[in-house]
Amino acid sequence: MAKEGAKGEALRGSYGAGRTRSYEWRVAQLKGIVKMAEEREKDIVDALYADLAKPETESYLHEISLIKSSCKFALKGLKNWMKPEKVSSSITTFPSTALVVPEPLGVVLIMSAWNYPFILSLDPLIGAIAAGNAAVLKPSEIAPATSSLLAKLLPEYLDNSCIKVVEGAVPETTALLEQKWDKIFYTGNGKVGRIVMAAAAKHLTPVVLELGGKSPVIVDCNVDLKVAVKRIAVGKWGCNNGQACIAPDYIITTKSFAPKLVDALKFCLEKFYGKDPLESKDISRIVNSNHFNRLSNLLDDKLVADKIVHGGQRDEKHLKIAPTLLLDVPDDALIMKEEIFGPLLPIITVDKVEESFGIINSRTKPLAAYLFTKNKKLEEAFVRSVSAGGLLINDVALHLANPHLPFGGVQESGTGSYHGKFSFDAFSHKKAVLSRGFGGEASARYPPYTPQKQKILRGLLNGSFLALILALIGWPRD
Amino acid sequence: MEEGLESEVGEVRGAFESGRTRSLSWRRSQLRALLKLLKDEEDDIFKALKEDVGKHHVEAFRDEVGVLIKSIDFALGEIKRWMAPQRVWVPLVAFPTTAEVVPEPLGVVLIFSCWNFPLNLSLEPLIGAICAGNGVVLKPSELAPATSQFLACNIPKYLDSKAVKVVQGGAEVGQQLLELKWDKIFFTGGRRVGQIVMTAAAKHLTPVAIEVGGKCPAIIDSFTTAKDRKVTVERVVGGKWGPCAGQACIAIDYLLVEEEFAPVLVELLKATIAKFFTAREYVSRIVNKHHFERLSRLLEDKEVAASIKHGGLRDPENLFIEPTILLNPPLDTEIMTEEIFGPLLPIITLKKIEDSIEFVRARPKPLVIYAFTHNETLKKRIVEETSSGSVTFNDAIIQFLLDALPFGGIGQSGFGQYHGKYSFDLFSHRKSVVRRSFLTEFSFRYPPWDERKLQLLRYAYSFDYVRFVLYFLGLKR
Repeated sequence: MAKEGAKGEALRGSYGAGRTRSYEWRVAQLKGIVKMAEEREKDIVDALYADLAKPETESYLHEISLIKSSCKFALKGLKNWMKPEKVSSSITTFPSTALVVPEPLGVVLIMSAWNYPFILSLDPLIGAIAAGNAAVLKPSEIAPATSSLLAKLLPEYLDNSCIKVVEGAVPETTALLEQKWDKIFYTGNGKVGRIVMAAAAKHLTPVVLELGGKSPVIVDCNVDLKVAVKRIAVGKWGCNNGQACIAPDYIITTKSFAPKLVDALKFCLEKFYGKDPLESKDISRIVNSNHFNRLSNLLDDKLVADKIVHGGQRDEKHLKIAPTLLLDVPDDALIMKEEIFGPLLPIITVDKVEESFGIINSRTKPLAAYLFTKNKKLEEAFVRSVSAGGLLINDVALHLANPHLPFGGVQESGTGSYHGKFSFDAFSHKKAVLSRGFGGEASARYPPYTPQKQKILRGLLNGSFLALILALIGWPRD
Repeated sequence: MEEGLESEVGEVRGAFESGRTRSLSWRRSQLRALLKLLKDEEDDIFKALKEDVGKHHVEAFRDEVGVLIKSIDFALGEIKRWMAPQRVWVPLVAFPTTAEVVPEPLGVVLIFSCWNFPLNLSLEPLIGAICAGNGVVLKPSELAPATSQFLACNIPKYLDSKAVKVVQGGAEVGQQLLELKWDKIFFTGGRRVGQIVMTAAAKHLTPVAIEVGGKCPAIIDSFTTAKDRKVTVERVVGGKWGPCAGQACIAIDYLLVEEEFAPVLVELLKATIAKFFTAREYVSRIVNKHHFERLSRLLEDKEVAASIKHGGLRDPENLFIEPTILLNPPLDTEIMTEEIFGPLLPIITLKKIEDSIEFVRARPKPLVIYAFTHNETLKKRIVEETSSGSVTFNDAIIQFLLDALPFGGIGQSGFGQYHGKYSFDLFSHRKSVVRRSFLTEFSFRYPPWDERKLQLLRYAYSFDYVRFVLYFLGLKR
């Protein structure tokens, strides 16, 4: 326990000495991350394979290349982001200049999740570094190979006096949460999110919580079905075999369209993963036996026994579950009560596609919501009535790759956002700096208070030019 | 849990779910209604503020009513722009795709306000919440009962009474409200209760904004001209005893000056105090007995009492403490370790003014750092080497008025910023919306994976369109 405290203290020292503030330091760290991702690509891919049997293409696509482009985006924008912003002051405070100066928060704690263990550790770190903070990174112990790789590589490529990795499980995490941080950035589930926020409350530490939820996909009949199904499939099983916060969790479609959709999905799945998906090299495994058992329970639920229309094969020894489709699952089935986070895809049906909005809104707000349709009116109704972290129409998951879009949840799916400049902002304090001159003194501000003074104050607060003139010439006199 | 309370809040939830708080016209109508409330009920407002904290009506106008009118006018002018979705850039490789950020209300929000600016601290966040299209429950501080009552009577009269409600009561009612689920909680007050609020919010993962205080220092350089001295001292006096007799989160808490200048400063302060506060009515009173006793206790320490250079008069019956100046009370006494929140002004002397930076850095981050100086180097060092919610040079309190500047704390002084567009953003969710078409399709996105697909992806991701096309057409290995 003392070890974690000591690390925090050491960081405070380096931060206090001003090491992390200079543009040069920040650039050096960001370049260090790019170098690390390029030189050690094989080690990273191997670690991700050890932790999740993640296919090399997925590791490249979703973790390594995204981290590199995230760094490059930050390197490109950093000078501008660090610049103070002049804002308009008003007649009320004339003469004055007003600036908003971004400054680092101080020493921050980043806790990442096991499903994208590399990028979910480094992407927030990029924001923390760009904003000039010192940071402690606590990778998830459920992805141990990546955790120890990060513990090994970060000191090699980054400034170890300001960026530290703390490995460990619940005891180490608890010890870290007892320390005082200037911000805590947590990616994971709602249960631990509550623990993190409650711990943060003791020190009034602001938090960013990137959580999950059941991300729904509405499929209209008016679609290019072949393309839609491919995108849904790659967004579900091509993203860590469904173990992703923005993976499609369940589908809503019309009763009449469902059979076509199921057939198209089956066809696509066979094309992607072959006749025996448990043998396919292109699909991640389930991370550990805990989650394997959890997912098995969802399939063994009596309420869904006769709803499985495709897949369902399991290999406990290798922690593999095949892409599985379920049709018309009841609302009270276990699989509809919690975030699935796995390769099971329930399809629920409605009479009219518009009914899907009500279904989605009756649940807690998810991190993402998807709609496949060519119908513009349906699209507009969807954007208007469905609330989620982010919405994507006619595709899945892509929005997280756009650095101009804030990525984060709402309500149960989280608070705060990041990516691109939003990462910089998440780890910055916008300090207002107002500079006044000694001229422009309005005696109307001060007691003894008279009716004339009140008149002037009204005028000044309203931005009245005349009031300003009168105030400047010192009327009314005391 | 009081059933009435739950159903009241349920009504606000119903009003929000009905969708009517989302329209521009509803938001505008509520803002205009607030404006009308402030203008038509001005006399009652002044009466309530006088009763609660003894605030003179000109101070009340200057610090509360006038500020709110300005904020509402500003919001009315900007709200359409704030509500508009913002288009963002999309890379060519994703053509045709559009992306935008759509602000939407969080839902039903809870606002706790404080007793020292009971009107402003209730309505300024309310303006933000309404601009963002939320339903609102406001719980004013029970320590300012007249204003609380005023709000409870008039908000339903002027505003949409099903979507914007006032709930009166003390800590117990506060607790009950905290057990319910909110989409955001905005709290202004003391640190201890701030922690209770955030801990309760954690149970529902409710995002919060916590506005607390701190010890706001004012660094005073040694001025030589009469004009500089006059303006500085008037602004310092105005910044200490002007707002609610120092009971303000952004009031100047203590001064830092060079030893040599201190005696000059003390005399000037005394003279200006006499000039401004010609009658007791120009200084607010202490809000209640509890705080009166707290402030009295600060002066009990022998060494602190000995450091009093001016004032010290206390009238327990009228809860009045006169403007009091102390010179170098010991740094480990409560008056120098706790936020004063009252009309006592310690002056701490330093060998040279630059030492003030170390002094401030060694202490918890305050809401504001004030500095009166012409020295541009010192100003730059203060901005770069200290950390605070904000910094104001050569004046005090006034930064509160600028809608373009974010208002809020950092570290010990809290988090979450508001005023102007920051208020709108604080109560909004920024929803990303990406629209793709079925038109263009890249087969290399999909498994089964092979080296060719991987290479195409490498080119695509580095936006290397030329190599991408060549490789795709088989013209490059």
